[in-house]
Amino acid sequence: MRRKGVNYSRFGYIFTFPFVLAFLIFSLYPILYTAFIGFTDLQGLIPKPLHILDNPFQNFKDLLFDNPSFRKSLINTGLLWIVNFVPQIVLALLLTAWFTNQRLKIKGQGIFKVLLYMPNIITAGTIAVLFSTLFAYPMSPVNSFFEMMGWSDAPINFLQDKTIARGIVAFIQFWMWYGNTMIILIAGVMGINPALFESAAIDGANGIQTFFRITLPSLRTILLFTLITSMVGGLTMFDIPQLFLAGGPDDSTLTTSMFIYGQAFKGSYLYNRAAAASMIMFVISAVLSAFVFYLMRDRDAAKLKKIEKMHRKSAKSNQGGVTHGQ
Amino acid sequence: MDNNQKGGTVTRKINKTIVYIVCICLAVLSILPFWIMFVNATRSTTEIQSGLSLIPSTHMMSNLRVLLEKSFDPIQGFMNSFIISASATLLTVYFSSLAAYGLVTYSWKLRGAFFTFILCVMMIPAQASAIGFYQFMYKIHWTNSFLPLILPAIAAPAVVFFMRQYLLATLSIEIVEAARVDGSGEFKTFNRIILPLMVPAVATQAIFAFVGNWNNLFMPMILLTQKEKYTMPIMVSLLRGDIYKTEFGSIYMGLALTALPLFVVYFLLSRYIIAGVALGGVKE
Repeated sequence: MRRKGVNYSRFGYIFTFPFVLAFLIFSLYPILYTAFIGFTDLQGLIPKPLHILDNPFQNFKDLLFDNPSFRKSLINTGLLWIVNFVPQIVLALLLTAWFTNQRLKIKGQGIFKVLLYMPNIITAGTIAVLFSTLFAYPMSPVNSFFEMMGWSDAPINFLQDKTIARGIVAFIQFWMWYGNTMIILIAGVMGINPALFESAAIDGANGIQTFFRITLPSLRTILLFTLITSMVGGLTMFDIPQLFLAGGPDDSTLTTSMFIYGQAFKGSYLYNRAAAASMIMFVISAVLSAFVFYLMRDRDAAKLKKIEKMHRKSAKSNQGGVTHGQ
Repeated sequence: MDNNQKGGTVTRKINKTIVYIVCICLAVLSILPFWIMFVNATRSTTEIQSGLSLIPSTHMMSNLRVLLEKSFDPIQGFMNSFIISASATLLTVYFSSLAAYGLVTYSWKLRGAFFTFILCVMMIPAQASAIGFYQFMYKIHWTNSFLPLILPAIAAPAVVFFMRQYLLATLSIEIVEAARVDGSGEFKTFNRIILPLMVPAVATQAIFAFVGNWNNLFMPMILLTQKEKYTMPIMVSLLRGDIYKTEFGSIYMGLALTALPLFVVYFLLSRYIIAGVALGGVKE
């Protein structure tokens, strides 16, 4: 009889082969190719042989030092991400605390979750165009509302104002994603060992104490996961600013992805510059991810210790509760 | 003691009221923009210009007519989006389950390295390789084809990660060994026994993959330049153009048409979608 591990290990390679092949062809090769184009003078609609610049880093230098539009796009991307992520995570945490609070017993939780998550499902493009129509000038639902309430007598051109335009983009991003963050956090809370909450209740902790002393520390890993995915998503923000105001007014909602798209595909065909910009974006996301990964590593080790402790505890109290490991 | 408890219930009641008020406000905030969209899709441009209303009007058909007259073809866009999203979803789900099964079941030399590799690949933003990808597809004449939007779905690191976590928690190796004793080949075991066991995880990831592909704008916008190949999100971007500048009613109609299929699917499947996100969260 054949034994496991002798003949079968090759299936490990066979079963993961399609993934690796698709990755090599459709991800790795294009990334290397993009990096290479960043060092060349590839421009224009008609393909020609690649030629490396005399100064290979010229494209990168130009972008970082002589291109205010690119610098602005980096700043905008960072700004839009922070302004939407901070309130998003605060509100998501608050709702998580409420929905998972055993003593509050919120009725209709299911309906609330379904409704709050809804904006996340609809195409970002649809939402962006919808909002630009809602805030349009001179006639739009928001303008009519302002007049109805007596807040303004003449129509306001909201989208001409840089701060308001940025604010609305950040708000759309926030509005689309807080429900998603909330549901991931709720899932995380449900994964926490119930024995922890029981013992807190026995010790007489109130809702706020339980949340800050037990829920929040146990959620660290998931909070970091949310942070990473939101960060990578924020860095590649495209649909909403692109279709909302196409970067305007005066580049105030131009993001890095839109800059890349604009350089290469909107008639200027500056592939080399777009490629160099992509690589800068790639390096930034790699550095940020590595940093967060590093944080996560530490926490994981700490978490393992905690789980061990919990195991010992539950063994002692002879409960044998289920712990959710990785 | 009694008094104290009473005080507790009173504060709890106040707290609860605050919670309900906030939740209802947020729910209204979620619905209102979409409600305005659907209502305005049924109103004429002059009605829309005369002010805000939350009651549907009667110009649905005329808005639709104006919309369709100007090169907006929602049925074609719907079909294109559907072909791309459905094929990409099938590939993602099947090959990710396969890779995850390979990772969990067999012990092979590069297993640990492969898992680390998947974690790293998860962090790469798709836009970072867009220029090289476009040049590559241009060279092999795959622009204006659906293939470059479908085939890369085979390598979906986040889905492999999710499936691995799921299999680790649910798969017992005895099943695989029993199948071997009965003479089942490895592929057959996977297709006939393991895949059916993975249905809950597969369903969740299929929903996400479908919505993600359906909503994708960046790649289709770069690769598809022929009008007959446009997907739903690209068609939405057309509504921003000059041809609809003053036809507010038909712009809202166009938006409503692109959102409607997702609304229907969402409300039919909302229970599973919410539970699915929960499942995904726990396994992280």
